[in-house]
Amino acid sequence: MTAVPLRRPSSRGGRRPARSRDALAGYGFLAPNLLLMAVFLFVPIAWAIQLSFQETRGFGTPEWVGFDNYARMAADPVFWQSLGNTVLFTAVTVPLELLGGLGLAVLLNSVLPARGVFRTIIVLPLVISGVASGMIAVILFYESNGLINKLLAAVGLSPIGWQSDGASAMVSVMVAAVWLRIGFNMMIYVAGLQSVSPDLYEAARIDGATAFQQFRSVTVPLVGPSTFFLLIMNVIASFQVFDLIFVMTGGGPGYSTSVLGTYAYRNGFQIREQGYGAALGVVILVVTLVFTYVQWRTSRTRDLVE
Amino acid sequence: MTAPTLVQSAAVAAPPTTGARPSRRRRRGSTAGLVLRTAVAAIAAAVVFFPLYWMLVVAFSPRGEAFEPGLRLWPSALTLDNFARAFERYPVGEWFVNSVVIGAFITVVTVTLNLMAGYAFARIAFPGRNVLFLVALATLMIPVQAIMVAQFRVVTGLQIYGTYWSVILPGAATAFGIFLARQFILAIPQELVEAARIDGAGHVRVFLRIVLPLSRPLIAVLTLLTLLGSWNDFAWPLIALKDNALFTLPIGLLYMKGQTTPDYSGIMALALLSVLPMVVLFLVFQRYFVQGFARSGIR
Repeated sequence: MTAVPLRRPSSRGGRRPARSRDALAGYGFLAPNLLLMAVFLFVPIAWAIQLSFQETRGFGTPEWVGFDNYARMAADPVFWQSLGNTVLFTAVTVPLELLGGLGLAVLLNSVLPARGVFRTIIVLPLVISGVASGMIAVILFYESNGLINKLLAAVGLSPIGWQSDGASAMVSVMVAAVWLRIGFNMMIYVAGLQSVSPDLYEAARIDGATAFQQFRSVTVPLVGPSTFFLLIMNVIASFQVFDLIFVMTGGGPGYSTSVLGTYAYRNGFQIREQGYGAALGVVILVVTLVFTYVQWRTSRTRDLVE
Repeated sequence: MTAPTLVQSAAVAAPPTTGARPSRRRRRGSTAGLVLRTAVAAIAAAVVFFPLYWMLVVAFSPRGEAFEPGLRLWPSALTLDNFARAFERYPVGEWFVNSVVIGAFITVVTVTLNLMAGYAFARIAFPGRNVLFLVALATLMIPVQAIMVAQFRVVTGLQIYGTYWSVILPGAATAFGIFLARQFILAIPQELVEAARIDGAGHVRVFLRIVLPLSRPLIAVLTLLTLLGSWNDFAWPLIALKDNALFTLPIGLLYMKGQTTPDYSGIMALALLSVLPMVVLFLVFQRYFVQGFARSGIR
């Protein structure tokens, strides 16, 4: 799958014109895409790196300040808090998405009435926008007389300060994020499970393996490639979380749900510290490229497996 | 992928145990198990569906009812007031049109360019092909937050800030479909292409007459995923659209929430209208969505 079948000319002689015509056609087919990507991806990437070494508030000529923005970042407690929140958010949501997705996949891969309906419902949040999900979550988690607090009161618990208490606010965005992504995890795991031969379970049963032993010794190892793929995808998605947090908490209360994405936006467009905002963007960019590289290495092996 | 064969051979090597007893026990256990599993699945589906149910409830309840004291899980009366009010106070119709126009443009441009690029990467030999493909892949996951400050300057520099184009053009500058298109086109039998080439057809003709007609499932997947992505896109339109009348639905929702006393019942009505088209598309074309998500890993 990785080896690109480059068509080699069968004979060396007399193919030059065809080859250069091929080259022309190749670049021609790519040109519009490359042009758009150059203008709206590559130029902004280069410009972002340049801006990260400048001081600019959106007006006037930017000033070169060397590594000042990065030095400022290192000394900025809100940056470290946002980074910490991003890591915490990722560390909590990703395992929940993986475990929940695998559990649901195993459940909905077994023989069940209305299995298709259950699957469809659980996958449905995939097509709901982050903004609409965030709005629904705002209403559910509303502190004064929101449904969740009313349900808590109904079972005799005290209401939770989803908007006023930092830790609770973080929990609310984590819950919304898991809701939004668990169906994707289930879907990938279902595809992975369908390639597992039923004979393996039959064999394990004959050996006297309990359901849990079958799960641990047959299912978990065999969905390993799916798990790795999902791990990387979930980590990237969680690391880049923006819509949900922006809509639900705006990074607050204080900075207790501020993440790298929202903090970069705040600097770039709310308080107009654009050089600093660009530097924060460069950090996100570097982290993303590292994850993408890991994903690329693993997807090569995944392709080989398939 | 040696694991299955290893497990299998180990299992085969194991001596067969007594057949009848465990299997009968299993059958009796499986009736109770089936009920239990169905119950768990139903609860899980109910929990996942509940937020969407709540959106429906708030959208069709009298204004503010959801925030009154006292637990109530369904509307006291069904009303369309929230929808009417949203349309009255905000240019909701325009937001809808903006979402449709921007989504349609992004989808047509992106899918066309991605198909062309996918063909080039799959079927044309040219110098630098592999490097370019890797560069395109590397951009796949870059979020707009990483480059938004600079991208904003590019858009203002091109003097398209605040127009449809400021959302459409950056939105179409994506490589995600290239990857899917290349994979699909690689699977089209080489002989078909070869035969046409021998008959003297150029790449344009092969692409239009042979590859495109065979790529309908691919085009369906790309169209649906691109449309979904642009319909739900938030961070970049938030930056690029300044004029209330040009907002897309997600930006409009945020605008409604930003009012001094947000009308959450109206927001839920609009949220419902904004998710409905994608939910319908998903229910109709579920197979294509699932294939696309599974292969591209988008989302």
